[in-house]
Amino acid sequence: MNMNQLLRFTTAGSVDDGKSTLIGRLLYDSKSIFEDQLEAVTASSAKKGFDYVDLSLLTDGLKSEREQGITIDVAYRYFATPKRKFIIADTPGHIQYTRNMVTGASTANLALILIDARKGLIEQTFRHSFIASLLKIPHVIVCVNKMDLVNYDEAVFDKIVQDYKGFSSKLEVSDIQFVPISALNGDNVVNRSENMPWYQGATLLHMLESVHIESDYNHIDSRFPIQYVVRPQTNEHQDFRGYAGRVAGGIFRPGDEVLVLPSGFSSKIKTIEVNGEKLKEAFAPMSVIMTLEDEIDISRGDIISKPNNQPEVAQDIDVMLCWMNQRSVNLNSKFYVRHTTHETRGVLKEIQYKLDINSLQRVEGVEQLVMNDIARIKLRTAKPLSFDSYRKNRITGSLILVDEGTNETVAAGMIV
Amino acid sequence: MSQYYLSHLQELESEAIYVIREVVAQFEKPALLFSGGKDSIVLAYLSRKAFYPARIPFPLVHIDTGHNFPETMEYRDWLINELGVQLVVGSVQESIDKGRVKEETGFNASRNALQTVTLLDTIEKHKYDAAMGGARRDEEKARAKERFFSHRDEFGQWDPKNQRPELWNIFNGRKNQGEHFRVFPISNWTEMDVWQYLFTENIPIPKLYYAHEREVISRDGTLLSTSPWLNMKPDEKPMIKRVRFRTCGDMPITGAVESDADTMEKIIAEVAASRKTERGTRADDKRGETAMEDRKKTGYF
Repeated sequence: MNMNQLLRFTTAGSVDDGKSTLIGRLLYDSKSIFEDQLEAVTASSAKKGFDYVDLSLLTDGLKSEREQGITIDVAYRYFATPKRKFIIADTPGHIQYTRNMVTGASTANLALILIDARKGLIEQTFRHSFIASLLKIPHVIVCVNKMDLVNYDEAVFDKIVQDYKGFSSKLEVSDIQFVPISALNGDNVVNRSENMPWYQGATLLHMLESVHIESDYNHIDSRFPIQYVVRPQTNEHQDFRGYAGRVAGGIFRPGDEVLVLPSGFSSKIKTIEVNGEKLKEAFAPMSVIMTLEDEIDISRGDIISKPNNQPEVAQDIDVMLCWMNQRSVNLNSKFYVRHTTHETRGVLKEIQYKLDINSLQRVEGVEQLVMNDIARIKLRTAKPLSFDSYRKNRITGSLILVDEGTNETVAAGMIV
Repeated sequence: MSQYYLSHLQELESEAIYVIREVVAQFEKPALLFSGGKDSIVLAYLSRKAFYPARIPFPLVHIDTGHNFPETMEYRDWLINELGVQLVVGSVQESIDKGRVKEETGFNASRNALQTVTLLDTIEKHKYDAAMGGARRDEEKARAKERFFSHRDEFGQWDPKNQRPELWNIFNGRKNQGEHFRVFPISNWTEMDVWQYLFTENIPIPKLYYAHEREVISRDGTLLSTSPWLNMKPDEKPMIKRVRFRTCGDMPITGAVESDADTMEKIIAEVAASRKTERGTRADDKRGETAMEDRKKTGYF
């Protein structure tokens, strides 16, 4: 069986820093753009009177986006090489940047940060990098683009690398790589550049193909949030009672002692199966069905863990919150809280500080959050949550807030 | 397995199963929209995997235009039996007979757009609150903007500019009375992923997808199968060609491609080498640059 891995990465930026060109280049050079798509985009570009083929038209699919020439929403794009399959969450740089970037970053293994070689680090660079760090994207590749416009000068690249390293030491990103490229000419994107013999590192595509993602999921702390209880109630499987879910962390094997939270009941794993096939073990992000030795009361929203490695269980929770709705929010507002497969209600008890994401300064004494604000808050939930810190586990450490009136998803939260 | 990672297909499968289970857990009356095409076939098999040994806990809903390939109908009936699942049919002919919609006329007439009314009527009649579909984001640019859980208002409309942000894998299926959701569990799959999965899992598919001899006409660079519903122009001459279909829509609008791919391996090789998108053969998408978005806004699949 083909065991190629899946890498999800996010990009952010505006038209002028060459993001669309870079994505277009990756798609085109990996033969993921089809003739009819290219024909359609070429025709649209000509109709608009452009001198060149505007590859952003490939991605800006909505009528209003095409009319306004801007990207409104995260778009997902796909390409594959003989080594890996890639999903790009392509997020717009300007409009509602935080909301969209956070959305795109939430499922990404890797963030691609574009820097214009002529401009060096700008506000947007800080913003994108901070969000990558906040969302705990494990890997970052900084592409210093438009090297052709600075005569492929090594000194320009080195300075940007130094500047970025200086700034990123304040962030929590463990794996950062740098690559000098020209998306327009293809230098170091898929093929090695002949214009930059001083650069000994890998091409961008090679980095994407080889970055080590096996450890991106937590394989230490066993967590299995229950989605659904499977009870066939057929003659053949009268007594079957299976717990369906997707492993969020650790490794589970038949015979393991387990502890169910928040009830605290314990039992042993009898079987782990998919489609009737019994498995020897399960790890994140596998979707499986578990059966237990004992008949205990378990339902959706419970978490199966191990007696010697349990999540925290609490009702007062510290969260880094990204507010995503047009309507502002005040202290003591109530919401539905969705965390793994569990839903309860919650109230915004305290805003400890708001972060200025350009300067990374803390602003205290804030009583209201508006769209795109990022703040550290205290949340009180109606029922206890079984959680980990977001740093430890991106699945059991994340939550969303849902408005009780409109049912909209209004905030993303990372448990501190 | 000594290394703790999944292949891309295993990860996509796991993600889709997770989404399907979320639907059953979050909604009261879900359904799976089944077209007979390869994507909805994958969805049906994933649904079986998600709940086995229990049966699939929702019906397959087929919006029957009456213009289906006979092979599609034959396959549908076989699959229903194979999976032991309930079939619900929404008939476009019935919608026409009741005067809910008006049949298009002319050479390029199709019942494609009419399906939307039948689909929404069927959802309303059976009070489905979540309708799963096999749409993929790589298929079409409007679909690239879709959420896994896509909210529809009480008129069944999609508002692409006002979608709920979708974070991590926490899906928000909350809604008011009368509203419903469209859910796309294989959003992140590509055409190639679908073929590789069908192959790996040894899933049977309708014969249409394999190369076969067929009577076709050539119109605007597309090969269309002759059928009672295809209005032929005087200069259009039927001919026999060895063809296969890359998608499986209505007979009058689904174009065939010339092909010798009569096994799954050959199809995969052909898809890998293809320089045209699969929907490039669909007349329904050629009705304008935003044909899909326009249809989707009003409630299309």
